[in-house]
Amino acid sequence: METLFEKLWRTHEICQLSDDEFLVNVDRVFLHERTGSIALKGLAEKQIPIMTPESVFCTMDHIVSTRFGRTDATELIGGKEAIQATRAAAKTAGITLFDLGSRDQGIVHVVSPELGIALPGTTVVCPDSHTCTVGGVGALGWGVGSSDAEHAMATNSLPVVKPKTMNAVFTGETKDGVAAKDMVLKLISQVGARGGLGYVIEYSGPAVQSLGIEGRMTLCNMAVEMSAFSGIVGVDEHTIDYVAERRYAPTGEQWEQAVSYWRTLHSNENAQFDESVEIDCNDLEPYVTWGTNPQQAIPINEKVPDPEELTDPAERELAVRSLTYMGLNPGQQLSEIPIDVAFIGSCTNSRISDLRAVAEVLAGRKVAPGVKAICVPGSTAVRLAAEAEGIHEVIRSAGFEWREAGCSLCFFAGGESFGEGKRVISSTNRNFEGRQGPNVRTHLASPIIVALSACRGYISGS
Amino acid sequence: MNDLFQRHTGIAAPFMHDNVDTDTIIPSREMRSGTKSGMSDGLFADWRYTNRQSRELNPEFVLNQEAFRDASILLTGRNFGCGSSREHAVWALREFGFRCFIGHSFSSIFAHNCVRNGILTVRLGAAQLQQLVSRAVDPLQSNQLTVNLETQQITVDDQIIQFDYPQRLRGLLLSGLDPIRYTQRLQNELDAWRENDMKVRPWLYGYGK
Ligand code: SF4
Repeated sequence: METLFEKLWRTHEICQLSDDEFLVNVDRVFLHERTGSIALKGLAEKQIPIMTPESVFCTMDHIVSTRFGRTDATELIGGKEAIQATRAAAKTAGITLFDLGSRDQGIVHVVSPELGIALPGTTVVCPDSHTCTVGGVGALGWGVGSSDAEHAMATNSLPVVKPKTMNAVFTGETKDGVAAKDMVLKLISQVGARGGLGYVIEYSGPAVQSLGIEGRMTLCNMAVEMSAFSGIVGVDEHTIDYVAERRYAPTGEQWEQAVSYWRTLHSNENAQFDESVEIDCNDLEPYVTWGTNPQQAIPINEKVPDPEELTDPAERELAVRSLTYMGLNPGQQLSEIPIDVAFIGSCTNSRISDLRAVAEVLAGRKVAPGVKAICVPGSTAVRLAAEAEGIHEVIRSAGFEWREAGCSLCFFAGGESFGEGKRVISSTNRNFEGRQGPNVRTHLASPIIVALSACRGYISGS
Repeated sequence: MNDLFQRHTGIAAPFMHDNVDTDTIIPSREMRSGTKSGMSDGLFADWRYTNRQSRELNPEFVLNQEAFRDASILLTGRNFGCGSSREHAVWALREFGFRCFIGHSFSSIFAHNCVRNGILTVRLGAAQLQQLVSRAVDPLQSNQLTVNLETQQITVDDQIIQFDYPQRLRGLLLSGLDPIRYTQRLQNELDAWRENDMKVRPWLYGYGK
């Protein structure tokens, strides 16, 4: 009666190192120019070779410019040097680089499943905390530091403390306009920012099964916002259809072998989890954050909570600090707060299905005067697909700026920013203080809510 | 950098917030160098400075206070180091002078990064933690303590607090052995595992070719 996680673990366990620590095989390593180049440099300095360079990939996403006509130049001080150093290090190391100008370039967690590098039943690590995104295709991905990335490249393995399992069951059926983002924000608000600490979260239930693979990636992407080791979803026929004919996916006889194994990658009936939590999706509303941590999320039609009503003193202190930073008052109606910026992008919500949903909202509408609106596709392939479908025209003519692929304004690295104190409705994953720029106030929401709010000029669900 | 940790005596500063994320420990804009050093100036930049350009110190912030300026041990709340996996957070803390964190719980990526950089994370229960905090903020008592990984003990004056620490990681820290070298000693296991896996999962090794 194994869970999906136990199956994945069993396939990758090499040996036990201590009580609860095991050496597990790492099938694929992904790097990006922000932290990956440091790992490559670290190995080179120690003169330790990469064990199998063909299983290591690198992309340019974090600090590259997302403006059309981009070059290595970026607004970040030292950014150009970092980009060029990564290119040189990747070449020396003999790993595959998805460079600027390549149609394979994009945000690491978007391109890794898109290219079939993160496959069902594989383990993937990257020096980036949102590596758990690949759980959407039934891969086990987790974020590591640069030193562990060096370890993974040198040995194809990592020591891991075996996590416990949590089953997050989403029952019922979501209403129109309610997205995967709302499901996961609701879960985070329920279990809290550290609710997943020490766990791998399996998202299950009818509402997860009826999501497309890209929606499942949105769920898994935010597992780390609960401090979970990772997030995963069982493999079904949708997964196999998604993976078919991806560039690095197996072909011919190997495809058949892989598929028959992948069909076993789901939790067995009556499998035992260490923990479980249920979310009823029947009356789920769109969720939006009001504070500076993803757990501070509420249904869009509710009021900003009063910290005085919180019983835990630490939570109360955090809530007070959050409200001050966000410039909000307790009892304020969330859906009437004016916004300065609407941002669509990031490894959470920048895939083609997200952009289609956005275009559907924006068709025939205009961004409200005074609102700056930006849309950044997650990968060059997503951008090209959107342009082929004409979606980008809808998005652009509504008043959104259309960009090249990358992380862009999901985080602030010292380059481009929305401006001091601006209020942003954002399809990203982190609303931490300063995350999107100095004193920038971030409200996390689904792409649909971002698009609707952009047109209204305030946080809006219609 | 020396990745050894055996025993350390230093000043403990209280920083009892929950869910302190690594964006707070080192904001992305402060990660300027493409190396592991030069990071400590940006440590806790949003809390430490009132003006981020002129680097004017915020007198309210604990590490700017006379008593804690030279702290090398940080007392922390729940889930310290959550969020981004950036090892820069640990590099910045180490460069600033921190060798040990004593807290309620730590994000797992952060705790891993600490071991890799010769820093000890000690988990204590709320009552014991509170005791250390009360001492640290009491001007009539010394805010120094000693953390000994060999004996797994924290010593404050004549009082001893015992703590648990995973056995293997303890060995790594005590010996300063590079984890890569540790794993490479298991090369035979790694090779045997791989040889078998290539039969079990041949589809993994084709890379679409
Ligand atoms: S899009 Fe944002 S969260 Fe995702 S990898 Fe890039 S910076 Fe990190």
